[in-house]
Amino acid sequence: MNEDGMIEDVQIEESTASPSQENPVQAEVSTFRLVATLAVAGALAGLLIVLVNQHTKPIIDKYKAEQLQKAVYEVLPGVERYTTYYLVGNALSFALPEGAKESEYKRIYVGYDNSSQIKGVAISRGESGFQDVVQVIFGFDPATGNLLGMKVLDSKETPGLGDKIFKDQAFVDQFFAGPATPLVGVKAGAGKGKPNEIDTITGATISSKVVIDIINHGLEKWRPVIDKGIPAAPTDSVDEEAKQ
Amino acid sequence: MRVTTPSQDFIRGIWEENPVLIQMLGLCPALAVTNSVKNALAMSAATFFVICCSSVLVSTFKRFIPNEVRISAYILVIATFVTLADMMLQAYAPVQHKELGAFIALIVVNCMILGRQEAFSAKNGVFRSLLDAMGTGVGFTIALVMMGGFREILGTGSFLEYSLFGPNFEPWVIMVLPAGGFLMLGFILLAMGFFEQRKKAKASLAVESSS
Repeated sequence: MNEDGMIEDVQIEESTASPSQENPVQAEVSTFRLVATLAVAGALAGLLIVLVNQHTKPIIDKYKAEQLQKAVYEVLPGVERYTTYYLVGNALSFALPEGAKESEYKRIYVGYDNSSQIKGVAISRGESGFQDVVQVIFGFDPATGNLLGMKVLDSKETPGLGDKIFKDQAFVDQFFAGPATPLVGVKAGAGKGKPNEIDTITGATISSKVVIDIINHGLEKWRPVIDKGIPAAPTDSVDEEAKQ
Repeated sequence: MRVTTPSQDFIRGIWEENPVLIQMLGLCPALAVTNSVKNALAMSAATFFVICCSSVLVSTFKRFIPNEVRISAYILVIATFVTLADMMLQAYAPVQHKELGAFIALIVVNCMILGRQEAFSAKNGVFRSLLDAMGTGVGFTIALVMMGGFREILGTGSFLEYSLFGPNFEPWVIMVLPAGGFLMLGFILLAMGFFEQRKKAKASLAVESSS
């Protein structure tokens, strides 16, 4: 109950902490048994994790795919459907080479309006932020280079400060207002009214600059590829898949 | 060892030896994820699951674990359940999982859990160990929800995301930032120490007057 009582309790527990004193049988344990115990425990732990992972992975993957799809439509406002294009070699392709693993290819999402004209391109990209990698998806119009939208997919930025990059609506709205690229981050209120200026968040300057950097670097990397031309839209079956 | 009844095993962890407020264990999650009641509850639920499963498993297999490798074995058990909790949260509560981020994985190094294995489960039966783990888990939950509640009310003016004071409330933002965690923990411990001292003073006064 009181402080003395607690200390007494701990001391008594400590005196019986090593079973080897009470239990001389356990005093001599072969090295083999030590290794075997941990090996068996490790194997069982691994088995259990694999079993649960097999059960949860499809659910997690499905959720992530849904989130990505929602995000693509969010950063490409007014888009009717989109198609995933992969970077194969140096050019864009909607089909992968035979036997290739989908996850190994970098990709962009090309959005079309209802008359099958390209409305915008969405790119997902991650870079180190203040804490951990910040994953951002953004859409832009390949004809003008202006941004269409931005959404933070994954971030571990400081709650209350860095997480304003997706919780501060005023900051997010700037990316939907069609700014020109490459973006320039300016202190709030210190801008000169240029079309490519983004007001950074006070107290979250690093996090907001990371978002701007991700978009600029993503455009730097992808625009040359996209400007070479996007192959014609694939058959309807693929579109259906993308729309679901 | 002090002889305790099963009910004492359960109650002890809740108040008398509350892991966070008295033993000062598990402070990392208590400070890090208590900026809202929801996060505090999610973290408490995950920790509750891990400590109960680990205690049952450790107390069941304590005879087969050689003394020399017991810490490694306990950590292995705890890490396994944390991984399971991590995957299940990600599958069934993805929003909370995203909020808690890396702190789910860090339950592995919550010394409150390892402490209960070493101090109790390794020496007691399965039933008693489970009671002890549940008591500790509930005590941890109470501490976290208390921290989360005060911090959310002061820092955002809401409780469980339900706005309390209307739009004119100016939130005390520091309370939801890391510094606020330290402040709040300090205030809570201060209050607890104050009441404990008053209780002692009253008790000694009663002894004096009776003698």
